[in-house]
Amino acid sequence: MKTPARPPGPGKRTVLNEPLISARGSVGRVGYALPRDDIPERDQARDLPAALCREALDDFPEVSEGEVVRHFTRLSQWNMSAATTLYPLGSCTMKYNPVVNEYMARLPGLAQLHPLTPDDQAQGALMLLAELERCLAEISGMDAISLQPAAGAQGELTGMKLVRAYHQDRGTPRKKVLIPASAHGTNPASAALCGYDVAQVATGADGLLSADAVASCTDAEVAALMVTNPNTLGLFEREILRITDVLHAHGALVYMDGANLNALMGVAKPGHMGADVIQFNLHKTFSTPHGGGGPGAGPVGVKKILEPYLPIPRIVRQNDTWSWSDAAPKSIGRVRSFYGNFGILVRAYAYILAMGGDGLTHATRMAILNANYLRKRLESVYTLATQEPCMHECVFSDRSFHQTGVKTLDIAKRLLDYGFYAPTIYFPLVVSGALMIEPTETETKETLDEFADALLAIAQEITDQPDLLKQAPFTTPVSRLDETRAARRPVLRWSRSQDS
Amino acid sequence: MRYIPHTEHDIQAMLAVLGVDSVEALIRHLPEDLRQRASLKLAPGLAESEISKRLTALAEQQTGYSPEQSFLGAGAYPHLVPVVVDQMVQRAEFATAYTPYQPEVSQGTLQVIFEFQSLVASLLGLEVANASMYDGASASAEAVLMAKRILPKRSRVLVARSLHPQYRQVIQTYLDGFPGLSLVELGWDETGRLEPAALARHLDERVCGVVVGYPNVFGVIEDIAAIGRSARDAGALTLSVTPESVALGILKSPGELGADIAVAEGQSLGIPLSYGGPGLGLFACRSRYVRNMPGRLVGETVDQEGRSGFVLTLATREQHIRRERATSNICTNHGLCALAATVFLCLLGKQGLRELALRNVKNSHYLAEALQQTAGVQPRFPSPFFNEWVLTVPQARQVWARLKERGVIAGIVLEDWYADLRDCLLVCATELHTREAIERFGQQLRQAVV
Repeated sequence: MKTPARPPGPGKRTVLNEPLISARGSVGRVGYALPRDDIPERDQARDLPAALCREALDDFPEVSEGEVVRHFTRLSQWNMSAATTLYPLGSCTMKYNPVVNEYMARLPGLAQLHPLTPDDQAQGALMLLAELERCLAEISGMDAISLQPAAGAQGELTGMKLVRAYHQDRGTPRKKVLIPASAHGTNPASAALCGYDVAQVATGADGLLSADAVASCTDAEVAALMVTNPNTLGLFEREILRITDVLHAHGALVYMDGANLNALMGVAKPGHMGADVIQFNLHKTFSTPHGGGGPGAGPVGVKKILEPYLPIPRIVRQNDTWSWSDAAPKSIGRVRSFYGNFGILVRAYAYILAMGGDGLTHATRMAILNANYLRKRLESVYTLATQEPCMHECVFSDRSFHQTGVKTLDIAKRLLDYGFYAPTIYFPLVVSGALMIEPTETETKETLDEFADALLAIAQEITDQPDLLKQAPFTTPVSRLDETRAARRPVLRWSRSQDS
Repeated sequence: MRYIPHTEHDIQAMLAVLGVDSVEALIRHLPEDLRQRASLKLAPGLAESEISKRLTALAEQQTGYSPEQSFLGAGAYPHLVPVVVDQMVQRAEFATAYTPYQPEVSQGTLQVIFEFQSLVASLLGLEVANASMYDGASASAEAVLMAKRILPKRSRVLVARSLHPQYRQVIQTYLDGFPGLSLVELGWDETGRLEPAALARHLDERVCGVVVGYPNVFGVIEDIAAIGRSARDAGALTLSVTPESVALGILKSPGELGADIAVAEGQSLGIPLSYGGPGLGLFACRSRYVRNMPGRLVGETVDQEGRSGFVLTLATREQHIRRERATSNICTNHGLCALAATVFLCLLGKQGLRELALRNVKNSHYLAEALQQTAGVQPRFPSPFFNEWVLTVPQARQVWARLKERGVIAGIVLEDWYADLRDCLLVCATELHTREAIERFGQQLRQAVV
């Protein structure tokens, strides 16, 4: 694809054009060197018969190291990121990702450690994991931890497998899982993967789940309730103890989605709220980078009653030696290879070390302060989804502007022009045209003010020049993209015709 | 606290705007019996230098482990990682962004994923690849669920027992409780390949897919073409699983051999071993099945002025829209690992990946010869292999322990994974194993076998 360079016209955006890597390079050019080959000459065809060998990888690039660096460096500059700007995605906790954690994960003794290294030669790694398990148990009030799940969604799947195994062990897995309407889409998807029917529980007009609403749906066929606390509206579920009592009275369990744990550290423990199993999103609460969409880590924490079902292998200690054990006959098995996203676990552990108990508590309190501050600065102009007090994030609806024809999407796009990433939009589904804002504790008051000022300025633009908003953004490398075309005629890889 | 910017002055100014007198006032609505009053029982916060000291001490406790003298593979492979790969991965614009919900300011991530999809589709020899999965094992499980979606009336999946046992365990975990699908395991023959008679016996109209390692856990290169023909005759799909993706630099691609869905572990492509994670699940299929695929997909489109650009697409398969009817519960991918693999594959390129694969073939076969100079040591399966293979060694467990005392990790004792494979070691060599290290292993083995 040889797109001609497009020099900017008057008032247009200045963008460094960067074609696909397949359009760079030249036949025979290389960007690598293998170590010296000092092994005696061998008959290649005897080692590996030609019939098993493929043709050349014709689609692959032929580029120099310098070209690769330029290509990917340029592409990186087309991203907004938490390092470059406020990234207030609600429910994603885009806090600062400490740089020292990156160095720790790259220590050769950790980064180059093979997962099948004999346990007695991997004691440092095992101790680190055991210590991280202890920290997460203390923060959450749960009894036992598995670090294995690779992501929040896999943690949910693991948690629901535990629920199923628990009930199965008592004779029947039961049929249904209750999920509030405000839940993340991964909740129902994870429950369905475990063979459960999903029954939706209505969220009250105040955005909260009531014990009565839960009680009216709970019967002997309910295996568990999946509840997020604080919920996706940023509200603490005040009836949580009564709610979890209802479930337990029916022999059902409570899965608590730990996505919003950043609002709870040192303030309240899920383990005290009646949660039987939770997942931690280390890439949210514990500062590991989101990576443009992973890798994260989604450990699960459980109460004693679920411990026998945790994934294998488990870390066990005998005398002063740590090792991996598969001796758990009731375990649900494995959810991935080896032990978890170790590199991410190292970063999260380094974060906990840096913060300490008081630091984590302070982080939670400042996250709550920041969200409330933004809420206060915006509530006179944008309509709050609920008047209930918020925790670490605040949600607005489109009620103040939907009659103008301007949509939540337009506001999100216009925010990009003001130099901010957009909040989560159109989620939770229970709020019309939701704008879900989570600033996190690592943003300064000045940044929050600039962001609030931008949203207030946009509110003025809604009145003065609504058509401008519908065309936004204007300052980005590309303007609004045609998503319908992308879905109708999917182009999911480069083709040689594009290369020529 | 260096990560939290609030000064006392900031806090007071913000509280004044809020009209409350303390931060505590903001959480006073929490039920009192849930409020945690005691401090968290965690050590006080540490400075950077203290964290570094603590973790360096842990990292250096891996006593006796030397990557150079380790011949471990079995699902995780030591390979060269050009520093450029790590440099690009560390660019904060990539590392600290999230799922590209706002494509106008996420074109970097999106174009990288598009390039990744292109390279993976080509490597696996299939038409469409997704934006990546967590690892090869969970990708295998997702592939099985996808086969069931394509053939919903079928109730069985056949899985080669020679598929990496951890992959089989993950498939089993995903299938437990999943309605209407059970797993049947098939053995191997004297060559180490899937036993054709067992396949013929079990392939019928109840089977939605056949899952086979390529290479399998013994390093043996399965005959995907023959398996694919049998599966197709029975109306079933062929699912190929490659734990060592460098092998695909030289082996025929699963797609050209007839696989309908191919998955792989991409750790070998520029991602450090890191004690087994994060890894990278590669996932590709024929284009007619794209709407049954799990995971994110990036597609090319145009903006309002006709500029080429990229967006997440075909999202109606996914959990945030379909909820309990989604093709998978997966929410993101392993984006940064996909970036690493993309940079790695671009650096190596058309010529380099093949050369790298051939060097693995050469080094491992040289090691095989060196080890077989010891009396009684021979290949367990008389089949071609890529960079790991199974050796029969008299009293393998004791020999392995003796070698460990001499600083050599002689792969794994295979009996730990397969009770019926006694006195076998699974051994691997890559381009990182020097002639000196290989010959030393040969000598040490001679001394260890008594």
